[in-house]
This record gives sequence, C-alpha cells and structure tokens, in this order.
Amino acid sequence: MADHSVSAHSKSSPLKLYFGVWATLLLLTYVTYRVAFLELGPFNSVVALVIAAIKATLVALFFMHVWRAGEKFIKAVILTSLFFLLLLLGLTMADYMTRPWS
Amino acid sequence: MSATNVVPQQQFERETYLNKVYGMWSWLLTTDHKRIALLYLISITFFFFIGGFFALLIRLELLTPAGDLVQADTYNKLFTQHGMVMVFFFLIPSIPAVLGNFLVPMMIGAKDLAFPRINLLSWYLYIIGGVIMLHCMMTGGVDTGWTFYVPFSTNYTNTKFVEAGIAIFIAGFSSILTGLNFVVTIHRMRAPGMTWSRLPLFIWAHYATSIIQLLGTPVIAITIVLVACERALHLGIFDPRLGGDPLLFQHLFWFYSHPAVYIMILPSMGVVTEIIPCFSRKRIFGYSFVAFSSIAIAVFGFLVWAHHMFVAGMSVYAGLVFSFLSYAVAVPSAIKVFNWTATLYKGSIHYDAPMLYAFGFLGLFTIGGLTGLFLAALGINVHVTDTYFVVAHFHYIMVGGAVMGYLGGIHFWWPKISGKLYPEGWARLAALIVFLGFNLTFFPQFVLGYMGMPRRYWDYSHMPEFQVLNVLSTAGATVLGVGYLLPMIYLLWSMRYGKPASDNPWNAAGLEWKTSSPPPTDNFKEEPVVTWEAYNYEELDAPPQALEVPVG
Amino acid sequence: MGLHHEEEQHPELLHHFAEPEQQRNAASLGMWVFLGTEIMFFGGMFCAYLLYRHWYFGDFGAASKSIDATLGAANTAVLICSSLTVVLAVWAAQTARRALLLAMLCVTMLFGLAFLGIKGYEYYQKFEEHHVPGPSFSFENVPVPGHPGEYANPRHAQIYFSLYFLMTGIHALHMIVGLGIFSWLLLMAWGGRFTPAYHTPVEIGGLYWHFVDIIWIFLFPLLYLIDRHP
Repeated sequence: MADHSVSAHSKSSPLKLYFGVWATLLLLTYVTYRVAFLELGPFNSVVALVIAAIKATLVALFFMHVWRAGEKFIKAVILTSLFFLLLLLGLTMADYMTRPWS
Repeated sequence: MSATNVVPQQQFERETYLNKVYGMWSWLLTTDHKRIALLYLISITFFFFIGGFFALLIRLELLTPAGDLVQADTYNKLFTQHGMVMVFFFLIPSIPAVLGNFLVPMMIGAKDLAFPRINLLSWYLYIIGGVIMLHCMMTGGVDTGWTFYVPFSTNYTNTKFVEAGIAIFIAGFSSILTGLNFVVTIHRMRAPGMTWSRLPLFIWAHYATSIIQLLGTPVIAITIVLVACERALHLGIFDPRLGGDPLLFQHLFWFYSHPAVYIMILPSMGVVTEIIPCFSRKRIFGYSFVAFSSIAIAVFGFLVWAHHMFVAGMSVYAGLVFSFLSYAVAVPSAIKVFNWTATLYKGSIHYDAPMLYAFGFLGLFTIGGLTGLFLAALGINVHVTDTYFVVAHFHYIMVGGAVMGYLGGIHFWWPKISGKLYPEGWARLAALIVFLGFNLTFFPQFVLGYMGMPRRYWDYSHMPEFQVLNVLSTAGATVLGVGYLLPMIYLLWSMRYGKPASDNPWNAAGLEWKTSSPPPTDNFKEEPVVTWEAYNYEELDAPPQALEVPVG
Repeated sequence: MGLHHEEEQHPELLHHFAEPEQQRNAASLGMWVFLGTEIMFFGGMFCAYLLYRHWYFGDFGAASKSIDATLGAANTAVLICSSLTVVLAVWAAQTARRALLLAMLCVTMLFGLAFLGIKGYEYYQKFEEHHVPGPSFSFENVPVPGHPGEYANPRHAQIYFSLYFLMTGIHALHMIVGLGIFSWLLLMAWGGRFTPAYHTPVEIGGLYWHFVDIIWIFLFPLLYLIDRHP
C-alpha cells in the first residue's frame, strides 16, 4: 500500500524534482570552483569536501532514487560500504598520524 | 561389491540435476547452481593437489638441514606458489563456491541463486585466473611469497609477479561475484516462512563471508593494480627512494588478507554448525549468539589487520590499538566454540565421519585460535614474527579449521550431492588419519618456531638441532597426504559403486534434506513453506504422536 | 497492484523467480551491492591519496595547480548533465515514452563521449608538459603555493601525478564500460524491449552511471582544487 502511494506521488512531479536537483548540482559545482580560489586556510579542503558530499548525497537520494526506495537494505549497503571505507582510511591514518618520527 | 547390483531401476529413471541433460556443453554452459558447484569441486580439487604437491616438496627439502633437494630460488618459488595456489585458488573458493553454491539456494528454499549466469561467470573467471596462474608457474613462477611485499615485488624480483598478480586479480572478481550472488539470494529468494531467525546457521556464516568478500576483495584488487603500475612504471607510490611508503602496501594488502582468513574459516564454522546438532540430535545451543557472532567476526576481522605489521615499522601507538582489537575478535570465535560444546552436552552423539571431522575442527580451531592470541600480544608477536610459530598457527586455522570443515561438509552432503552413500568405515579411517597427520605435521612447528626457526628458510644447517622436529613434521605431511588422497579415491568410487542414498540418510533437519537425493534441477517439486525453527531435532526424533502437535 | 496480470504473459521473468517484482528487486539490489564493492575499489586509491596529500601537501598543491581547473569544472558539469539525462531516460522508460528514452540514451552517451574528449585533451596537455610519470617526467622549479621561495619536490609531485592518472584513468575506464552498457541499452530500447512493467536494465544501468558520476564529484575537488588560491 505504501509502495502504491509513493509511486503515485512520484508520477505527479518527478521532472520538477529532477531539474531542480540538476540546477542545484550545477550551482554547487560553480560554488566549489569559485571558493577554491579564496584564501580560507584549512577550510578550503573542508568546504570542498562538504560540497562534494552534499552533491553525492543529492545524486544518490534523488537520481538513484534512494529517497523513495522502500528498501531499507539499500541504505544499509551504502552506509556499510562507507563505514568500511572510513575504517580503511581511518585505521591506516591512525598509524601515520601517531608516528613519532617522519 | 555385490550391493551395487540391487539398485532399483527406477532410481535411475527419476529426473535429477545430474541426468536431466547430458554432454560436455550441458555442463560448461549450465546455470544450475548445483552443476556449477560440481564444476568448482573438480577445479578446486585440482588446485588443492597442485598446492599440496608444492607443500610436499617444501617438506622434503626441510627433511635435512642442508639445502640439498632444490636450489634456494626454487625453494622460494615453491613456498610462494604453495601459498598463492592454496589461498586464492583453493581455500577462498573452497566451501563457499562448492558447498555454498550447492546448498545456499536449497537451504532457503529457492530454485537457484539470484543471478545464475553471474554464478557461471564467476566459475569462468576462476578458471581464467587459474589457467594464468598455471601458465605463470610453468613458465618460471614467482618468488615473492604469497604476500608479494614491496619493494621486493616492485623493484627487485625478476620472476613473473605481474602474471601472478593478474591471475589473483581475476580470481578475486570470481570471489566477489560469488559473494554478491549470496547476499542478494539470501535477501531476496527465501521461501515463504523462512525468516531470518529460521535460517540455518550455515546461511548466516555464508552471509558474513560474503560481506568480507564484497568489501575486502576490491581493496586487494586495487592494490595489485598499484603494485603492477609501480613495477612497470616506477611511480614511487610504494618506493621510499621516490617518496613513497612501502608500509602503505602492507596496510592495503592486510586490509583484505587478514579478513580473507575469515573468508576461509567462517564457512567452515557454518558447516560444523550444521553437523554438530545433527549428530548430537539436539537443537543448536544459543542460535542467535552463533548467528551474530558470524557477523561480528566479519566486522571485527576488518579491525585487526595491522597485527601482521608489528615489527614492520609502524607507529607503536597504532600497534597497541591493533593488538587490543585483535583480542576482540577472539570473543565471537570463543562464543561459537562454547555454543558448539554446549550443543554436544547431553546430546546423543553419533560418531559418523562428518562428526569426526567436526570434532577435529573443534580441537584444531581452538588450538589455532588460542595461539592467535599469542600473536595478537604485541610482545610475543615481536619474538615469534616470521617464525614457524606463525606458520603453525595459520595452518591450524586454515588447514586444521577450514579444510577439516570442508571435508566434513563434503562427507555430510555427499549423499545429497551424488545420491550415493560413501563407505563409512573408510571415511572414519580417513578422518582419523587426517587428524593425526595434521597434528604430526604442524604441532612440531609451534615448538620449532618458538625455539626460533624462521619461516621461508631452505637451509638450516647452522641449527642442526631443529632436524628432529622437522623430520616429524615431514613424516606428518606424508600421513596427511595419504589422509587427503583417501577421500578422493573412495568418494569417486562411491559415485559408481556406492549404495544409493535415501533423501535424508542422516535424518537431518534443513530444507535441503526434504528434497530427493540428488535433487531435481529446480531443487523442490513444489515451493516449500517453512513453519518450523531451524535444528528442530527434538521434534524430528520425537515419537510420531508428538508430531501431531502444531509447531510454530 | 496490477502485477499479477502482467506476470502471466511476462517474457522477461526468469524461471527461478516467483514474480517480476522479486526479479527487479534482486537486480537493483545486486547493482547496489556491486557499487558497494566499487567504493572499496576506489577506496584503496583514496587511501594512498590521503596519505601522500597529508605528507606532501605543498607539492600536491603545486602539482594540482598545473592542471586546468576550468576543464575539470567543465567535465563535472558535463557529468551532472549526463546524470540528468539518465534519470530522464529511466523516467521515459517508466512512462512508456519510447522516443524520449532513445533520445535521452543517445544524449547521455554524447555527454559521456564529451567527458572523455575533455579528459583526453587534459591528458594531452599533461603529456606536452612532461607531467606524465616515467623517465621523461619533469617538474622543476615549480613554486609551492603559499610558500614564496619554496619549490615543489619533483618526486613528490610525481606521486601526485601517478595518483592523478590512476584515479582519473580508472574512472575513465568506468566511463567506457558505462558507454558500453548504454550502447546495449540503446539497442534494447530500439528493439522496443522496455515497457513500464519491465525496464530493469535501464534502471540498474542508470545506477551504475550515477555512481561513476559520484566518484567524479569527489575526484574533482580532490585532484583539481587542492590549493588554488593565489
């Protein structure tokens, strides 16, 4: 039943949503490009990565339809993969960041 | 021998997955998970004996302290290829690709895996990888050790590392596709009523294994790409002279290769969890603990990789953390061992061959696991790094654990796979020989290692006092070789001369025993509906009137 | 739900699935799980990138500055547009608009080719400037941004360019695979194989394309925008 109402909803206005997301993505690309030329110290990387994460989330949620996927497991797959990616990066860097030499 | 003549004729006429179609192409182009399992069975057995042949040569060389049987270079190639063949072409596909392929759909009441053609593709990738590996070995081989550490593999070795790397890369994708198929199948293809808490624990173990295959294998794949590029172009990513860090390679390598140990052992645990309740005639003790400990092992397995690098020059603080985390992975493993033992308690235990293998698994895995705790301890690890202690430890897990479980599973499901009974007496004898031979081979290596004999040395003439233990080990390897040859002979024999098996010769629980032996192509005549819990042995063994009571 | 009417005459239903819904879910789940492995595949390179960027930040900044960020931004825009056309293609398949489906598949592939073209031009520039790692690599006297008088260490810059070529190269390889998938989708769509009831290949092909887009969304700031400000 829930599935039915969601698909009915998505039939009414997906185009508006798709074009809106597309415009936001282009805007964010422009913003990230311009901000890179400003002097923000360490925050240049932070801003660039946050914008990239927002863009990736938008693509996943609305273009890849995670938003209306009734399937919780798909979200679990994404989060699990990201968690293990963070494990790889985090525990590896835990070695490099705590070396008294180098 | 006379028993073969009394096979009823209609046994042959019933349509099974084995006799539905004939001919080579009906096998090479099959999408039936059961036939693909048999294709895998044949191919991994082939590679098992190749790897075993190398092992025998290694043991022969070590019979005497002097390096007299082979040259030093040849010895390096022997242990490298023994490791690569056994790890990537036997152990990792062994239980998932053979027993898992055969049983996962049947245990959950499905007609096939979710992606049968991808399943076939995974076998072909395995074969392509295997052929490249064989070609590599026959035209010169590799001498990097199966761990192919940089900078030796990138800058110094003049053997065929890239070819071996390509073989492992391709075989890795075969493993990924198997894991992908299992995850989707377990999520999507369960029969009505087959809830998560009713799944056999074999399925839970394979689900956990698939997680590791899916998340770990891509990392070794990209690592091989990086090493190959580094070797070809000298980019500097792993080369300290160019600003790179060789330890980065070890991090990436062990991020996969430590969890890969759990790819080998988890399915074996799944097999044992099926065998022990059946031959104790009891429900498994602590179902949900066993189920979630499989998942916990898969997750914790990813947190401990750097205990392979304690002496490699990484940060001491990180070493402490990884040492602690390595202990953590012992907890779910111990939970499993306790639950198996508790299942045996007050059970009516039958000492059939699969159960003997399961007992062997229990003992050997426990020794292997406890010596793993030695190695997780930072201090002892420094003492025994790269000695035979390590070799003995991981052989107790990977041969004592994984191969015992594999053989136990092959025997347990052989009636279902082939439709024939294997000769029980021979099988018990073989299980005993394997157990004794294994201990004779590898227990002396613990002592050797603790006394300081380094691994990968082909000549120990400066330490002749090591010879006695090495002779014991080599003698054990010979016994072990006989123990492995025996099942191959009598199982092949039973395919032709064995007594026909009934649908459920062990009176075991589980959906795979509810269909005929061997099963029809679609596994079940009609889609099963599950209304009972897993391992309902008390109900199965109850007197008939008790069966009238509605269950579930 | 209407599904039961369709399943009887459904030619695409494989024998081992009970109903089209199960088959569709299995396929999309399979693609998602595969994309999870892809995250880890790229993860190994991200790990190497993270370490060396941390160690050699100045050299990475100098090397990153030698790459044309405008081309990178243009390529990002191209891929975002292609993602839009992919999602429109899926919508067209869902709503039985065959002409739109064909058009969107074609436009997506054109965007993909445009991306590869721009990428190729960028590689050509790097080749001309001797920034391709190897014997002819040269990165002498390039100032480190923000540190006047300091020059980038060519060896460390070579690590940056190695990672640049590996990451963008493997990404481009994924684009080429994507173009292959979309050619096949185009053939199937041309043959009228997709209906509102059955268009799973368009959906999961689309998932793959979006994923490759997401990887690029991260590669763009990580490789092109490390230390741009003057």
